[in-house]
Amino acid sequence: MHYTDAIRQQARRLHQHSTAQHRLRAADVRPLHIFAVVVVSLSLLPLGYLFLRATQAGADSIAFLLSGRVLGVLANSLKLTAAVALSATTLGLLVAWLTTRTDIPLRRLWLISSPLPLAIPSFIGAIAYIALLGPRGIIQQVLSPLGVQELPSIYGFPGAWLVITLFTYPYVLLPARAALLRLDPAQEETARSLGHSRWSVFWRVTLPQLRPAIGTGMLFVALYTLSDFGAVALLRYNAFTRAIFQQYTSSFDRTRAAVLALVLVALALALVSLERRVASSASNYRAGGSSTLRQFPLVRLGWWRFPALTFMAALIGLGLIAPLAVLVSWATQAVHSSASPLYSALAQPAANTAAISAVTAVLVSLAGLPLALLARQQRSPLGGWLVRLAYLGNSLPGLVIALALVFFAATYLPALYQTFALLILGYAIRFLPLSIGATQSALAQVNPCYEEAGRSLGLPGWQVNIRITLPLVRPGILGGAALVFLNVAKELPATLLLAPTGFKTLTTQIWSAHNEAQMSQIGVPALLLIATSALALSLILARDRGAEAG
Amino acid sequence: MFSRLITPTTALILSLALLATAALPSLAQEGSEHLVVYSGRSEGLIGPLLEQFTAETGVTVDVRYGATAEMAATILEEGGNSPADVFIAQDAGALGALAAAGRLLPLSSDILERVPEAYRSAQNLWVGLSGRARVLAYNTTLVDEATLPASILDLTNDVWAGRVGWAPTNGSFQAHVTALRILLGDDATRDWLAAMQANGTVAYDNNRAVLQAVIDGEIAAGLINHYYLYPFLDTNPDLPVRLYYFPEGDAGSLVNVAGAGIVNTTRHPGLSQRLILYLLGRSAQRYFATATYEYPLVDGVDPDPRLTPLNLIAASAIDLSDLADLQTTLDMLAETGVLP
Repeated sequence: MHYTDAIRQQARRLHQHSTAQHRLRAADVRPLHIFAVVVVSLSLLPLGYLFLRATQAGADSIAFLLSGRVLGVLANSLKLTAAVALSATTLGLLVAWLTTRTDIPLRRLWLISSPLPLAIPSFIGAIAYIALLGPRGIIQQVLSPLGVQELPSIYGFPGAWLVITLFTYPYVLLPARAALLRLDPAQEETARSLGHSRWSVFWRVTLPQLRPAIGTGMLFVALYTLSDFGAVALLRYNAFTRAIFQQYTSSFDRTRAAVLALVLVALALALVSLERRVASSASNYRAGGSSTLRQFPLVRLGWWRFPALTFMAALIGLGLIAPLAVLVSWATQAVHSSASPLYSALAQPAANTAAISAVTAVLVSLAGLPLALLARQQRSPLGGWLVRLAYLGNSLPGLVIALALVFFAATYLPALYQTFALLILGYAIRFLPLSIGATQSALAQVNPCYEEAGRSLGLPGWQVNIRITLPLVRPGILGGAALVFLNVAKELPATLLLAPTGFKTLTTQIWSAHNEAQMSQIGVPALLLIATSALALSLILARDRGAEAG
Repeated sequence: MFSRLITPTTALILSLALLATAALPSLAQEGSEHLVVYSGRSEGLIGPLLEQFTAETGVTVDVRYGATAEMAATILEEGGNSPADVFIAQDAGALGALAAAGRLLPLSSDILERVPEAYRSAQNLWVGLSGRARVLAYNTTLVDEATLPASILDLTNDVWAGRVGWAPTNGSFQAHVTALRILLGDDATRDWLAAMQANGTVAYDNNRAVLQAVIDGEIAAGLINHYYLYPFLDTNPDLPVRLYYFPEGDAGSLVNVAGAGIVNTTRHPGLSQRLILYLLGRSAQRYFATATYEYPLVDGVDPDPRLTPLNLIAASAIDLSDLADLQTTLDMLAETGVLP
């Protein structure tokens, strides 16, 4: 054990050393630069047009911007974002602690099931919760013999808060859990031996070390909440995305939708810059490698295990079992009612979802590769800027990207308008960073010796990239492609706005079935989507575990 | 070298992707005869008719579905690049807005003469395909017929406090508010909306939800389109719900249409006319009468026998094209707090 650890550390040191010395020559990257400039400007042009479109109306736009309505929407969005970020963080942290540090009964079950709500897209969760808690919903029907005539309304803030929290807390849970596992028990033991209570140790020793992980997760949840369209639209909470969509669908004039979208972009960018700051401070905190760690002794919960069990059961019940039960019951209804031609109606959307997600995943991975290679080259300021710009896309709500593309293409790119090309471009802008990120982390593990060797044997730069670097980072690229596939399959607003005429996917099917109140038609496509997500999620979680172990 | 790059997994993914790229463009087939329809009516309502049209004529139809205002705004935004040939709308206001922007082509006389003048554009730019009456649906166990209000304006009275429902985000409701603005003026309409809001009028997502709430007795009455009731009656004829048409001269009484027009950028004006003619043909009109319970607008096709005949409804006499000013209505709804 100690022996292999020593080797690994030695290898890591050597690796870091050579990375620092590694430099690509400018001549190697020039074609990469050109390609990257094309990719990045393709993603940013439409946003520029969104700005033009919003400012065209001049005084009208400014008057609208300063009107009480925009301020109201702003307040709503901020309130929901803050509330969800806080509640998801609390839940995530608590679950992480319970499942890693305590002797809670059925620990493995909770360990495995607690990240799973991530597999349920929030708009599907919202639909299930409306069926459960809405007026004349399942719960109300169960309770009505008991004299309960009306439940508190699920619509508006409470519903949006509940639903988004339930399906985003894993974004805090996962990094918090990883950070908890990485801590060194010695510090806490020392604090205890110096007379601190367990509670004070948690606040003064443990929590400060978790702060970067929690902070990143929390800001991610905040960004998610700000950009989420499906849940707020279905639960009728007038946050930005819903207000934009309403302006878009119910008015003949779209300038106001553009104005609202710009404000949302500004908010999202502010959040992202905050996230960057937290993330960059995070690296300072990383304690020694996992290899040196002992296991923490488990905290004995004693009588506390009953409330703890109840809490975990309730959380999994609400975040996983309840929505799945609703969907399964709809699915069985649909399967049993022979009247509806279920399979013929679903085959095409399911095939479309698979096809568009696969094509996008491949194209986005190809487009992301040069950017990831550029990002690796530290002495290229242009490359750094390009990558930073490309990363912007992921912080933009899908609805805003779609809106910008519709505006732009309807006027300037009629040949691409309402084509697969534009739909894929929309997805690519949003999900390119996922692919770049995955490739980047794979690149970071590549020992440049191999490339140096190739170069010294006379291979030109592009051949080094193709013949040596690429095969080495292939797992990273594939992981990124899986992430892109999953996210495209789940995407709702961009698909609604950009899909070519007549092109239906699982998400748009679910959306229109909900609009036409054909609930039984929602079950099967929703379960299909969740199954796909769960598969991709398990792959990603397994890879993370693998990375952690190795 | 490349054998290291292309392992079975990669090969599988790449071939799947290739297969997919091959499959996707098959949608955008360039058939010899091909129409693009933007429809504000939902697929469930109009889809079967369009499929029927394709089956009978061989003309393939690609339909983009959305909200009526959304589709109108899309055509306006697209300008000269619009791929749409035909626009099908849930209400005359959106057609009026496109007509006012010069985006619709005049229709041929064989289309126009099928539809009564009241239900088509005075400039011959659009026609109604089916009629829909605005009504007050009421729960007969909660409301005595004798106490029904003489005017839509009376729904602000105390007796109706918290007992009336409406659907502010719905296009038909918004068109009705536009009609009120035309008939009563902006100030009176704004006052009425504010008074309704103050009277605790309950907002629902759509007409169907309003009607469901009336059936359940959650509210006593609701402002809806007439045809939502009949699917409910088909499953249970004994539901305690009736429709009330406001009497002659009252702004509450309005017959709007779902209609169609030809977008001026069409490259298939002839085919487009053919589609609209088909939608005004006997079988399509019968479909509207029996499948959607709307009023057929063509002579010789009767509505569902349970409906109050169109000629007995004392609808307000307004030019339906005038319903085009949606923006002012939306602003007014927001200003009075009816819309969030």
